[in-house]
Amino acid sequence: MRVKVISRSADEFTRERSNDLQRVSRNYDPNLRTQEKAVEYVRALNAAKLDKVFARPFIGAMDGHIDAISCMAKNPSHLKGVFSGSMDGDIRLWDIASRKTVCQYPGHQGAVRGLTVSTDGRVLVSCGTDCTVRLWRVPLSSGIESSDSSDSSEKSIASYVWKNAFWGVDHQWEGNHFATAGAQVDIWDHNRSQPINSFEWGNDTVISVRFNPGQPDILATSGSDRSITIYDLRTSSPARKLIMRTKTNSIAWNPMEPMNFTAANENCNCYSFDARKLEEAKCVHKDHVSAVMDIDYSPTGREFVTGSYDRTVRIFQYNGGHSREIYHTKRMQRVFCVKFSGDASYVISGSDDTNLRLWKAKASEQLGVILPRERKKHEYMEAVKNRYKHLPEVKRILRHRHLPKPIYKAGLLRRTMADAEKRKEDRRRAHSAPGSMPRKSVRKNRIIQEIE
Amino acid sequence: MQKGRHRSLGRTTAVVTQHQIVTHRAAIGFQKRSRLSVFKFKGHPLSTAPPSPAHQNPFRPPAAAAAFTPTPSRRTQNPPTLTVCSNMEIQDFSDDIDVKVKKYQRGEGADLEALKDKKLKGQLANREELFKKSANAAAKAEKWLMQTESGLLEPEGIEKTWRFSQQSIVQEVDVASRKNQFDIVLPDLGPYTIDYISSGRYMLTAGRKGHLAIMDLHTLKPVKDFQVRETVRDAVFLHNELFFAAAQKKYTYIYNRAGTELHCLKEHGAVRKLQFLKNHFLLSSINKSGHLHYQDITTGQIVGNYRTALGRSDVLQLNPYNSVVTSGHSGGTVSMWKPTTSTPLVKMLCHRGPVTAIAFHPNGHLMATAGMDKKIKIWDLRTYKTLQTLPGHAKTLSFSQKGLLAASTGSFTQILQTSDSENSQNYNRYMIHTMAKGYQINKILFRPYEDVLGIGHSSGFSSIIVPGSGEPNFDSWVANPFETVKERREKEVRVLLDKLPPESVMLDPTKVGTLRDVKRREKRTKAAAVAAAKNVAVKKKTKGRSKPSKVARKKQEGVEKVKRAFVEDEEGVKKKQKRIVEVSELPVALQPFVTKKGK
Repeated sequence: MRVKVISRSADEFTRERSNDLQRVSRNYDPNLRTQEKAVEYVRALNAAKLDKVFARPFIGAMDGHIDAISCMAKNPSHLKGVFSGSMDGDIRLWDIASRKTVCQYPGHQGAVRGLTVSTDGRVLVSCGTDCTVRLWRVPLSSGIESSDSSDSSEKSIASYVWKNAFWGVDHQWEGNHFATAGAQVDIWDHNRSQPINSFEWGNDTVISVRFNPGQPDILATSGSDRSITIYDLRTSSPARKLIMRTKTNSIAWNPMEPMNFTAANENCNCYSFDARKLEEAKCVHKDHVSAVMDIDYSPTGREFVTGSYDRTVRIFQYNGGHSREIYHTKRMQRVFCVKFSGDASYVISGSDDTNLRLWKAKASEQLGVILPRERKKHEYMEAVKNRYKHLPEVKRILRHRHLPKPIYKAGLLRRTMADAEKRKEDRRRAHSAPGSMPRKSVRKNRIIQEIE
Repeated sequence: MQKGRHRSLGRTTAVVTQHQIVTHRAAIGFQKRSRLSVFKFKGHPLSTAPPSPAHQNPFRPPAAAAAFTPTPSRRTQNPPTLTVCSNMEIQDFSDDIDVKVKKYQRGEGADLEALKDKKLKGQLANREELFKKSANAAAKAEKWLMQTESGLLEPEGIEKTWRFSQQSIVQEVDVASRKNQFDIVLPDLGPYTIDYISSGRYMLTAGRKGHLAIMDLHTLKPVKDFQVRETVRDAVFLHNELFFAAAQKKYTYIYNRAGTELHCLKEHGAVRKLQFLKNHFLLSSINKSGHLHYQDITTGQIVGNYRTALGRSDVLQLNPYNSVVTSGHSGGTVSMWKPTTSTPLVKMLCHRGPVTAIAFHPNGHLMATAGMDKKIKIWDLRTYKTLQTLPGHAKTLSFSQKGLLAASTGSFTQILQTSDSENSQNYNRYMIHTMAKGYQINKILFRPYEDVLGIGHSSGFSSIIVPGSGEPNFDSWVANPFETVKERREKEVRVLLDKLPPESVMLDPTKVGTLRDVKRREKRTKAAAVAAAKNVAVKKKTKGRSKPSKVARKKQEGVEKVKRAFVEDEEGVKKKQKRIVEVSELPVALQPFVTKKGK
C-alpha cells in the first residue's frame, strides 16, 4: 500500500524573520473563487462610484491678466511653459507647475489675437489687432526654473507692421515659416519684415489658421464667409474650400492622423473631416449648447478639448459623438481658448474672466508619483470598469455629470428644437412627392458646397 | 514571493513573469460568457443558436474532459521502443497542458464568425487572444506555483483501499500528519456538530447540551470553550474565526472568539440549521416552523423571510458554487432558495420519505441527497436528473474539495470516490470507518485544504485521515491557513468591499452581466394556429354543458375565430398592394391627390 497525505510544515509557508515579506502561495483554480463574475461586477460598480468620488478635475486658476484672454500657445520644447495673450495687449508666460507668471511681453497696442511658438521653442510670435506681428525671445527652460523674481519683462526681437489687423497666427511644425490670418493669409519668414507669400480666396476675413502636423507645407484656415480652406505652400495656391452653413471658429489637426482635422463650429457642434474627402464629415461631435470657440487635440490624437461660449470646457473622443467630460465652474465665463498640455494629462482654458484655468484631463486621476502596487490597482479597476460598462447601473454612474442649470435647460431646449425640426421635416416629406425630399445625413447637411 | 523555495535566479524570474501575466488576466476579468451581452448591446442580433449548456457552464463534464487524456489502450498500441516512448512523453505533456488550460479557460469563447460588425469583431478577437494567453500562462505556472502534491491511497496487488484501517494509514504517514487523526471524547454534552473555517485552520464544535468550543487545528489547542447551558442545535463560523453563530433553544446568538455574546437574533425563531453565505455576508437559517430567514450580518437587516410550506425541514445546505441555499423537507422535496424571492428557484422531489442530508460538490453541478427511503442519490444540477442511486441510509453527507463523497449513518462512515479508470462518473467505495464503542455520528465534514474528515458524534468529535480528499494548494488571497493577524484584518476589509448584493445569488452565477436571451418571435402560420386551436383542452363544466356535441361545437368556433384573423390579414395586404399599384400608374404630379381621394 502507498499512502501520501497533504503535509505542510509551518516553516515553509510562514516567514522566517519579521523583516521578511509574508510568503504567498497562489492557486488560480476557478473552483476556489466562487461567483467570481458577481465579485467583479461589484468591483466595477465600486470603481465607478470611486471615480465619481475622486472626480476633482479643477486644479487651479492662474490670475494676472487684466482683460479677457484671447489666445494661448504651448511651447513644443518645454512642458511647463504656456503663453497667453489678452485683449488689452498683454502677453504672459506662465509656469504651469507653480501657476505663476514667469515673464511678460509688453508691446502690443490692441488686443493680441494670435500666439504661436517656433518649433525649436526659442521664438514666440504674436499678432494682434494693432496690425503688427511681433517676435519675442523665449527664456530657456532653465531660466524659467530659476526666475524667482517674477514678472521680468522682455523686449521684442522684431516687430513687423502690416496693412491689416490680424486674427490668428500659427507656426509650421517643422520649418521657419509662420502664417497669419487677417484680410488674407500671409506666410512670413522670421527674418523678413514683409510676408513672403499671400493667399486670398474670396473677400472675407480669415479668422483662424492651423498648419498640418504631418506635412509642414499644408495649412487649413477658416473664414468669416463660413468656409474652411486648405492651402498648399508648394503650389502657392489654395487647394480646396468647403463652405458650411455656419462659421467655423477654430480648426485643429489630429497629430496622430494628420489627414484628419476637427472644426469648432458656431452652431455648437464640432465636425471631424478627412482633408482628402471634404464632402462629408467623418464625425459630428455634439453637446455644447453655444458656439464652440476653440479646439485643441491631445498629443495622443485620441481626444480633443473644446471651449465654448456656453462657459464650459468639454473633452471629446476623436470618434465619439458626445463628450466624455464636461468642466465648468461658477466663476468661469465664456471660454475663448483651450489647450491640451504636452503630456496629455492637463487641460488649460482661458476665458473672459481674465483667468487661465488648469484642469486634469482625466477627472479622477491620481496625481503625483504612484507606487507600482497602486498603479496595478488602478489598472485593474479600469479594466473591470471597462468590462462591465455596458451594464445599466455602472453605465448610469459613469455617464452622470452634474450640469449648471442654464446649460441643462439649454440642452433640453436644443433637443426639443431638433426634435421639432425633424418632425416638421418628416411631415413635409410625407406630404411631398416621393423622392423629392431626399434624406440628408447629419454629417452632410451642414455642408453647402465644396470648391476645388 | 516564495523566496525561500526558488533559490536559482532563473526560476524565480520565471515565476514572477507568469504571475504577472496571470494577474493581468485576472484584471481583464473572467467573463467569457458575458460577451453575448456585448453583442446585443451593440444591436447585433446573434445569429448563432443559443449556447448549449456545455458552453454556458464553465465546467465541462468529466467525460468530455477525459477525451484529452490519452487512454491506456492507446498507450499499449505503441511498441515499447525507447524513441517512441519519449515521443509519447512529449505527447503526454502537451495533452496534460491542454487539460490544464481547459480548466483556466472557463468555458468556450463566443462564435465571432456570426458577427457582422468588423470593429466589434476585432475587439473581441483581441480579447479572445488575451484570454487564451492568460489561460496558457496560468497552466504553465502551475508547475511552479502549485508545489504541494495531493494525497493518495494506492493499493498494491489484491489489496483494496477500503480494507485499510485508520491505524494502518497512520503508521504510514509522517509525524505532522499523524496529528490530524484524533478522538476527543466528551461524553456529557453530546451529540456534537462541527464546522470548519474556510481555510481549514479552525474548528467549531457545538454539543447539543450547550457546549461550544473553537479549536486551533495547527496547535490542537482549544482557543475557547464554554457552556451556554441551553440546547444548541447548530453552530457556524461567520466570515472569519473571530465570530460564530449558534442556534440555541429559543434564539440564535452571535458570539465572538472570546465567548462574549454579541447579538441575539430573535427574528429567526427556534432555528434548526444555520448556513453562512460568505460572499454575501448573509446568515441563513431554517427554523422549527419551516421559515427560511436571511440576515445580513454587516448591517443586521433581515433580507428575506420566507415560509417554505413544504413540511418540516431539518436539512439546510449551501451550494458553494452559486450560494443558493437548499433545504430538504419531510415530504421528500428538496427546494433551492435565493434571498430575494419568496418562492423556491427549484423544487424537486428527490425521495419517497423525509430527506435526511444534502451535500454539494464544490464545482456546483453535483448534488448528493439522502433520504429515509434508504437511498443516496447523486444529481446532476445542470439537468436535474439522477446520475446514480446508491442503497443505504445517510444521516449526514459531505463532499470534499477534490470531490470525494462521505456518507455516514449510525457509527459507520463510508467514503466514495469516482472511478477514474473509466470515463464514468460513478461513485464507488473508497474507504470505510467505524466509530469505536458505537458512538452515533451526528455530522461529518471534510476539512478544507487537508486530507482530513471531521466527525461530530454522540460523545465528542474526532477526525480521520482520508488521503486525496483536500485541495493541496491554497491561495493566500482566498483562504490562507497560515494567516497572520494583520493579513486577517486586511482580508476582512477586502472581503467587505467585495460583498455581493443579495440579488447576485442565482442558479447560474456566470449569467451576471449578460442579457436575457431575446427569442425572436416567429410569425405563426395559419396551419399551426389552427392546430393549436384544435388542441385546446376543454374545461369540464357542470352537468349538461360538457356534452360531446357542445364540446365539438366550441372547438369548431375556436378554429373559425383563428382562421378569421388570418383572412383579415390577407385582405389587408391585398388592399394595400392594390392601392400602391394604382398610385404608381399615375404621373408624379397627380399622386398626392389620389391618396386624398381615397380618404
